[in-house]
Amino acid sequence: MSSIGTGYDLSASTFSPDGRVFQVEYAMKAVENSSTAIGIRCKDGIVFGVEKLVLSKLYEEGSNKRIFNIDRHVGMAVAGLLADARSLAEVAREEASNFRSNYGHDIPLKHLSDRVAMYVHAYTLYSAVRPFGCSFILGSYDKDDGAQLYMVDPSGISYGYWGCAIGKAKQAAKTEIEKLQVRRLYSRQKQKLKLIYIVHDEVKDKAFELELSWVGDVTNGRHELVPKDVKEEAEKYAKVRLYETECSEFYNSCETAGPPASMLGVRSVLQVVCGKRCCRRSTWTCFLFQDSLEEEDDSDEDNM
Amino acid sequence: MEKHYTDSKVKGVSTGTTILAAIFDGGVVIGSDSRASMGGEYVSSKTINKVIQVHDRIFCCMAGSLADAQAVIKSAKSHLSFHSVQMESPPLVIAAASVLKELCYKNKDELQAGFLTAGWDSKKGAQVYVVSLGGMLISQQVTIGGSGSTYIYGYVDAKYKPNMTREECLQFATNALALAMGRDNVSGGVAHLVVITGKGVEHVVVPGDKLPRFHDE
Repeated sequence: MSSIGTGYDLSASTFSPDGRVFQVEYAMKAVENSSTAIGIRCKDGIVFGVEKLVLSKLYEEGSNKRIFNIDRHVGMAVAGLLADARSLAEVAREEASNFRSNYGHDIPLKHLSDRVAMYVHAYTLYSAVRPFGCSFILGSYDKDDGAQLYMVDPSGISYGYWGCAIGKAKQAAKTEIEKLQVRRLYSRQKQKLKLIYIVHDEVKDKAFELELSWVGDVTNGRHELVPKDVKEEAEKYAKVRLYETECSEFYNSCETAGPPASMLGVRSVLQVVCGKRCCRRSTWTCFLFQDSLEEEDDSDEDNM
Repeated sequence: MEKHYTDSKVKGVSTGTTILAAIFDGGVVIGSDSRASMGGEYVSSKTINKVIQVHDRIFCCMAGSLADAQAVIKSAKSHLSFHSVQMESPPLVIAAASVLKELCYKNKDELQAGFLTAGWDSKKGAQVYVVSLGGMLISQQVTIGGSGSTYIYGYVDAKYKPNMTREECLQFATNALALAMGRDNVSGGVAHLVVITGKGVEHVVVPGDKLPRFHDE
């Protein structure tokens, strides 16, 4: 999708001859450079997961949030230019608050997402301002209307989703979400956690912090960060399952490649197949697990 | 609840009035008398309708200065209709009541209008809200207003029961209005009643001669 605008891309108020507004497309590229955020709509709530890349060892855990509370019952996960995202979160908060003040009840999510999308769209009309360089996912839960999930991108479009992903690994994440059959899931199920770990592979060794939040029956309709113990349990589960999946991939590739001549051979095959995902784990451990993988049964994922 | 509008300082047409709304099992009845008076002496209209529809299943009764009330309702009606199209769903009764409340509260220095809002929505079912003169908004099961309401507090307190049937509630409302109109000189005429349920809206008009009579009439 990359093409050079050459003269038609200097301002958002100019169309190119083939009918594109390049500034808006460049804004969407800014989102694609950011780390991934996903949102999943389950039967009884919404779960957000954001992969926050840790750029420095001095970084304070838990600060620099990418998931915002917009209203009691609405949460927002962002990707892209964080400063733009924060100002949009403020806009969304004011919309929700004014709505409640005027109409006496919680703002329905579709309406909120339409209003914020209109605001985002307004910045794509003029040359004096630049479009917002962030996409965000809004999610809410209401006893009567159930769970809802909407995504807004820099062009000012908002769509409802069962599951969506934004950021650099969004294609991989979307594939995994489609595999999950999200409509059948409940918020507590841990598959969603695994998603972030799977799509993190691009960034290899870089450490990342996972920010998780949910809103649903389980939180009585309030949007909150997932409590530490639930998060840790889910992370452990995700790491184990991911590890097993990678080992089975390695095992399968070993089968096709033929029995390795030596341990050194094993290690090199391992590195080729699993990439640096396995760097954190000892190659020996991986080899030991090989035999137990025949019993591995992926279908019990559905029972969680 | 409402001040007496027989005060001669009040200019123009005002409603000495009786309005009421009551929830029954599955819906709500809202009703009023039909007299508009000037200065407490002259009946300027015998058949005014004080029950106004602001949306498909939401009705309002006006109290206070008729001019102010009509102006507020006109603005609220247009606002609500836009709101409902934007939301792609019928407005909630609380939304209608909140719109009226904002108008009454923000303009309390200029306006003298209060409302009873009654309606049905799919989220909370039948509801009744009272927006008083200064812009207070509260929700109640049964409520009365206007100058004639002072004469029927006892009746309403004694005779209202939650979860009545539609017929019982209609009878209760008719009796209450008749009693108030019988004692308040600025309330009278016919009894306008509207029954709102999830299935639809029904207007019932009880003309003067069909109103229930009590022992001394």
